[in-house]
Amino acid sequence: MTSHHVILRVVSKLLMPVIVVYAFYVQFHGDYGPGGGFQAGVILAVSVILFALVFGVPEALRAVPARFAASLAAIGLLLYAGVGIWAMLNGGNYLDYDFLVEEAPGGHAGQHLGILLIELGVLFTVSGSMLTIFYAFAGRVAEIRDEDW
Amino acid sequence: MDLGTSLINVALLAMLFVVAVAIIRMRSLFAIVMLAGAYSLLSATWFVVLDAVDVAFTEAAVGAGISTALMLGAMLLTSRTAKSERAILGVVPFLVCVLTGAVLIYATIDLPALGDAASAANSHVGAQYLERVQADTGVPNVVTAVLASYRGFDTLGETCVIFAAGVAVVLLLGFGERSLSARSDKGRSRKESK
Repeated sequence: MTSHHVILRVVSKLLMPVIVVYAFYVQFHGDYGPGGGFQAGVILAVSVILFALVFGVPEALRAVPARFAASLAAIGLLLYAGVGIWAMLNGGNYLDYDFLVEEAPGGHAGQHLGILLIELGVLFTVSGSMLTIFYAFAGRVAEIRDEDW
Repeated sequence: MDLGTSLINVALLAMLFVVAVAIIRMRSLFAIVMLAGAYSLLSATWFVVLDAVDVAFTEAAVGAGISTALMLGAMLLTSRTAKSERAILGVVPFLVCVLTGAVLIYATIDLPALGDAASAANSHVGAQYLERVQADTGVPNVVTAVLASYRGFDTLGETCVIFAAGVAVVLLLGFGERSLSARSDKGRSRKESK
C-alpha cells in the first residue's frame, strides 16, 4: 500500500517529529497547563501508529518492537509503584512525595520530583499499552489494501 | 450564562444529537468509526465551553485520536458493513425508553446550576484543595496536583487498569508478530519468483 502514497509519506514524515515533541511538551508542561502523562502517552503512541498506518505495520514493528512496547508498559507501572515504595523506605506513607527528598518544612522539591516521576510512569504505561493493543489488532492483517479504506 | 455561550452550547449539543442519530442509522462501519471520532471531538469542544480543559484534552486525545485508530484496526478484522435490520417499532421498548428519559429529565431538576459555588462538589473537599494546594504542593495546575499528589493512589489504580487492558489483549491476540511472519513469507516467495 505504501509504494505510491508519496504525499502521505512526505507529510507524515514531517508531522511525526512535531507530534513527538508535542507529546513531551504536554508531559512536562502538565504542572502548569492542561495535560499530563495520560494525554502525552496517547499522543506518543499515535505518532508510532501514524507511522504504522502509512509505512505498514511490519516497518513499525521493526522501529518499535512489540516486546519493547509491552516492556515499556510494565516498566512504567513499576516506576509508579516504586515511587510509593521509595517514600515508604524514607519513613513516609505510600506515595507521600514529601518524604522523597530531605528538605525544610514547606519545601516542594519532593512533591515536584514525585509528580514528575509518576507522570513519567503513566507516560510509559499508557504509550506502551496503547501500542501493544494497536499491534495486536493491526498485526493480524498482513497488509492493508487500498480498497479497505 | 450569557447568550453567546448558550448559543454555542445549543449548537454543539444539536450537532452531538445529529451525529448520534447518524451513527444509529448508518450501516457502513468505516463511516460509523469516523463519526464516533467526530462525536468525541464535538464532546471535547463542549467540555472546553464548560471550562474543563483537562477533560477536553483527554477526550480529544483518547476518544477522537487513539480509539478511532484502534477501532479502524479492529474493523479490518471483520466485515465492512453491519447487518441491516428491519425497522420494527416495539411498543414495550419504546415505552421503556420514553419512561427512562422522562425520569432522567426529572432528575436534572435537582442538579445544581453550572458553576454553583455552593454545590456539593465545589463546597467541601473541592474548596479545601483550592485553598491548600499552593502550600501543600506548589503546583500551579490544581488538576495535576489533585490527580498526581492528593489522589496519587487512584491514578496508580487507573494506570494498573490500562496496563491490565494491554496484558489482556496480548494474552488474547498475541503481540502481532503474525503480520511480520506473513510479510517475510511473502517477501521470500516474491524474491524466489524473481
